Parts: sequence; structure tokens; C-alpha cells
Amino acid sequence: MTVVLRLDQVARVHGEGETAVHALRGISLDVRAGELIAVMGQSGSGKSTLLTCAGGLDTPTSGEVSIEGTPLSSLSRKGLAALRRQSVGYVFQDFNLIPALTAAENVALPRELDGVRMRQARVLALQALDSVGVADLADRFPDDMSGGQQQRVAIARAIVGERRLILADEPTGALDSETGEAVLRLLRDRVDAGAAGVLVTHEARHAAWADRVVFLRDGRVTDQTGAPSEVEELLDSGVGA
Amino acid sequence: MSVRQSLLALLDLEPMYGYQLRTEFESRTGSTWPLNIGQVYTTLGRLERDGLVVSQGADDEGHTYYGITDVGRAEVREWFVTPVGRGTPPRDELAIKLALAVTVPGIDVAAVVQTQRTATVRALQDYTRLKQRAGDGGDGPPGELAWLLVLDALVFQAEAEVRWLDHCETRLTRASRHRATTPPPAAAAAPSRPKESRR
Repeated sequence: MTVVLRLDQVARVHGEGETAVHALRGISLDVRAGELIAVMGQSGSGKSTLLTCAGGLDTPTSGEVSIEGTPLSSLSRKGLAALRRQSVGYVFQDFNLIPALTAAENVALPRELDGVRMRQARVLALQALDSVGVADLADRFPDDMSGGQQQRVAIARAIVGERRLILADEPTGALDSETGEAVLRLLRDRVDAGAAGVLVTHEARHAAWADRVVFLRDGRVTDQTGAPSEVEELLDSGVGA
Repeated sequence: MSVRQSLLALLDLEPMYGYQLRTEFESRTGSTWPLNIGQVYTTLGRLERDGLVVSQGADDEGHTYYGITDVGRAEVREWFVTPVGRGTPPRDELAIKLALAVTVPGIDVAAVVQTQRTATVRALQDYTRLKQRAGDGGDGPPGELAWLLVLDALVFQAEAEVRWLDHCETRLTRASRHRATTPPPAAAAAPSRPKESRR
């Protein structure tokens, strides 16, 4: 499978000298199409910095981030903005939908910013909304939706068009347990359909939807879970044994 | 004693024979706790002795059916309204291991915590994969919903263990910072563990 996101020895230092904070200390990570990676760690472990660097919202002090083979450091500011719009979708804890726009308009917006015609952008938006099971909410405003519905719309926005990389920062933080699980199921679904995903969370129950869980501590990867077991093996072995 | 009550609860639905009880029990709990057929017959024998079930004789194929009595029915009702006793916590070994790790010199406690966390998250991933496969329980048969509830129980228990490990790690980090900043007086060398860290 193609590597969609590659972090190569990524380090990020905030400040200088004695007060310098090493948020990331040489992180290397590949995320392939169809793969969901969860990053766990306590606050201050560097997990949010990892996500902002991965999405080109922050620039590493050293090392390289590549998205679909393009090193971000090779891009102009404008080129980086375009790549972010075209290749990367974000899902946040507080949804970040624009209140004055309907669900369909929120999802269509990134495509319109890319110069896609309004009507075409709406078609793409409706497809994306349909794929996350909320086609019927297309003309509703965020304030008239539940948290779970808003997060579904946000996921639709993250995958609209050809975007292959979904970066999710505590996407279930504001949701109750069952709605949170539904959102994770959806994220898993979209990744199984071919996207690459990175999920930052401090909840093990949600991280467990990932193919691989990476543990971060003081800006370093301390450990990670290996390749997943086959479901058949699990059923044969008796889960609770 | 949950085997006893589980068999009674199944017999409350309709009379059944031994193998049938085992199959029903396992299908409703996703074969998570396999039942030995000998255990089923021993339990049925005791239930009959205590007057909670009665043997209804064998059918043409030689299956001996058991039916529940009124006393048995009352016991099932009682079971469902009574909370399950806490008993011995299943993660005792881990709690003991960590309690000893912090008191035995030369043990890298952070590594012990991380090794366990990785293993537990790994188990969580396995349970979650089974859940993904089982669907969300919204429109499946009741057996699927029962299986999902069992999986959820395993998921939440494992999650609680990870949260406890996170908590231990934070406590240890704070303790080591405290040790680093305050030079220990020679007389107070023996560390006194706070009682609440025991589980």
C-alpha cells in the first residue's frame, strides 16, 4: 500500500537555550492508505504537535514531513496551503464547523476554495455527507444538529473530494460514550475505504480502533502495538480465556 | 456461582437438556467463557437436589429435559435484582506486581507500566476488531446484542486498566521529581507508600 504520510526524524523545539521545549525528538512514522494509526500519550507528550506537523500547520525544527510523496519543505507557502486543502482533512474535538453555513456548505467550502465550481462542489459535498450517513442533514445548520451529527459532518468535510489523509485530534472528546464509538466506527470505515488516518487520543478505548497504537512520551515514541491479529484467530482462541 | 444462575435463567425460558443449555449459554456470551459439559450436568444435579429444577424425563433421542420450578424462578428474579459481589479483583496480579516493583530496588517501574499498557491496548484492539465485525447491534438478532455487551465489558475493563496505568505513571513521575528536588534525610530512608496506592 502507498505511504500517504511519512514523518522522517521529525523534531520540533519551541523557544531557545535553557527554556527550549522539545515537543518532538526525532519521530519517524509511515501511515499507509487503508491504515489508521492512533497516537496516545499524556498531555505534554507531543501528540498534538505531531498532528500539526503532520498536517503542515506547524513546521518541524528538523526532519521532514512528506504527504503523498511530496516533502512539505519543498513547497512554497502557497503550495503548502493548496496541498493542505487538497490532501489533508482535519477533525477536531469541537467540530469547527462554520455556524452560518449549512452542513453541505461547510463540506463544500474547501472544494470551492480550490476553485471547484459551486454546483460541482455541492455534488461532492452531498456524496461525502452520504458516505458518512447524514445526507438528510445537508441543509441544516450546525446549531440544529447534535454533537454526533456535527462530528459526522466534520468527517465528511475531512474526506470530501480526493483527500486521502485524515488527521483527527481527540474527535470524541465532546461526545458521549456511544456517540463517540459511532464516530470511531465511521472513521475506521472511511480508512478501510482507502484513506490514511492519524488519530490523537488519550482514551485507550478509542485508540483501539486503530491498526497500530503509538505511545508518545516526552516527544519520543516509547512503544507501539504491532500488527493486528486476525479475527479468526481471536474467535478460535476464545476471547476471554 | 454464576453458572448455576445462568442455567436457571435459561431454563426460565423453556425446558432444555444439558447440551442445549451449554449451546445457549455459549451463544449468548460469545463463547467467551466456555462451559464444560460435565459442569453443566453437575450443576443440573445440584439444582434438582435443591428443588430449583425438575427432570421431565427423556425424549425419543434420549435427551433428559429439565424444567424450572417456582422456587427456581424466584431465585432467577433474585439474581437479576441483586448486584454482583466485587470478590477478588481480576487484575490483582498486576496491582501486586506494581506494588512490589515500586518497593524492590533496581526495577524500572516505568518500563513495567509501559509493557503492560502496550499489552492491554493490544488486547483492546483485538476486542475492538471483534466488535467492528459484529456490527453496532442496532438491527441484528438479540444474540448479537448480547455478544456486543460481553465485548463491551471486556473493552471497558481493559480501558480501566490502561487508565489506572496512566494514573500510576503520573504518580511515579511526581514521586521521582519530588525525590530529585528534596535531598532525603538519612533517617527517613525507608519509603512509606501511601495507603491509597494499594488496590
